[in-house]
Amino acid sequence: MATEYATGADYIKHHLTNLTFGQHPDGSWGLAHSREQVEAMGFWAIHVDSMAWAVGLGVLFLALFGYAARRATEGVPGGFQNAVEQIIEFIDGTVRDSFSHRNRIVAPLALCSFMWIFLMNLMDLVPVDWVPWAFSLVGVHYMKIVPTTDPNVTMGMSLSIFALVLYYSLRRKGIGGFLGELTLHPFSAKNPFLKALLIPINLFLEGVALLAKPVSHGLRLFGNLYAGEMIFILIALLPLWAQWTLSVPWAIFHVLVILLQAFIFMVLTVVYLNIAHDTGEH
Amino acid sequence: MNINLTLIGQAISFTIFVWFCMRFIWPPVINALEARKKRIADGLADADAAKTERERAEQEAQQTTGQAREEASRILAQAERRASEIVAESRTTAKTEGERILTQAQEEIEKNTQQVREQLRGEVATLAIAGAEAVLQREVDATAHADALEQLAERL
Repeated sequence: MATEYATGADYIKHHLTNLTFGQHPDGSWGLAHSREQVEAMGFWAIHVDSMAWAVGLGVLFLALFGYAARRATEGVPGGFQNAVEQIIEFIDGTVRDSFSHRNRIVAPLALCSFMWIFLMNLMDLVPVDWVPWAFSLVGVHYMKIVPTTDPNVTMGMSLSIFALVLYYSLRRKGIGGFLGELTLHPFSAKNPFLKALLIPINLFLEGVALLAKPVSHGLRLFGNLYAGEMIFILIALLPLWAQWTLSVPWAIFHVLVILLQAFIFMVLTVVYLNIAHDTGEH
Repeated sequence: MNINLTLIGQAISFTIFVWFCMRFIWPPVINALEARKKRIADGLADADAAKTERERAEQEAQQTTGQAREEASRILAQAERRASEIVAESRTTAKTEGERILTQAQEEIEKNTQQVREQLRGEVATLAIAGAEAVLQREVDATAHADALEQLAERL
């Protein structure tokens, strides 16, 4: 495949470009046909491939689990139901371990994050050229099939969770409590004057810590998957006979990575929400 | 690496998926798991109860068997004792009866002997008188010599 491109750099660039729909600078709407056009579209554009694969995989997950959930009985479970129950019990155990408050959203949220991210990561194991090649036959030039290698996707999820964190922080602690948490720690003083002096320092530190959460949450997943994808693309640049020597070990290793990253994302989701619920009354 | 509308699109789909998960997937599965857990726990408790019950029944049966065995040996001993009593009793009865019969027989014999003796005595007296008559060749007054005859008869 790589031989169709003028240079290796072109090949890599091509594989890292999303199928983007947006407004061209001349005012017409349509798909971007080059990286430059994508850049020119700015914020008001959408990655059709990321969205389609993400939503498709999400619907697949919901369909599979919904099917199992509708047939769930207290009797002896069948093979598929058993697998779904295993996953749900695993999530439930993790949530119980790291979330010490009562909230109906957290466990389903954790399940949804884990399974959805796992399925999106799983696309990384599909050989990098198969799907783009198939789409190129029908005239679609760009096709990134791993949604989690798109920072929009991972940040979209982490920012949604951040919104939940802010919502629960405010609801549980009140505006005063939340502001207090941001301004009176980690440096505190008895003297009111000193206290006032420390507020900006505390606000800066805590503000950075707070904002770092969603950013690191989303970028960690993106970075790991992007790097993994990148290595698969680089391996695909090797001569055909040599590729398997690297792609097979990397794929096996990557099985761990995709599971682990999905798990880490889920655990961090639960932990952040737990922190949001903690009112400091220990 | 462009941040664009995909970010918001993803956030919206994530929200919808989580809502769906929360509404249609998590509760039925967790409820089924809880129900099954409870059913298994109930089953185990039932099994435990049945085991205790069986142990109790076994113990009871053992106790009953022991009692029965004791009762049986008691009855056996009683029967043996009774049997030996009966044997002893009948032995005594037989002995008494035998002695009674013996005594009766002896009495009978005594009586018969007496009778025979009386008879003999009479006959001897008659014989003696006849003898004496023959010897004396004359009538002897039986009444006059009654004393002598009596004395004779006494000596017999």
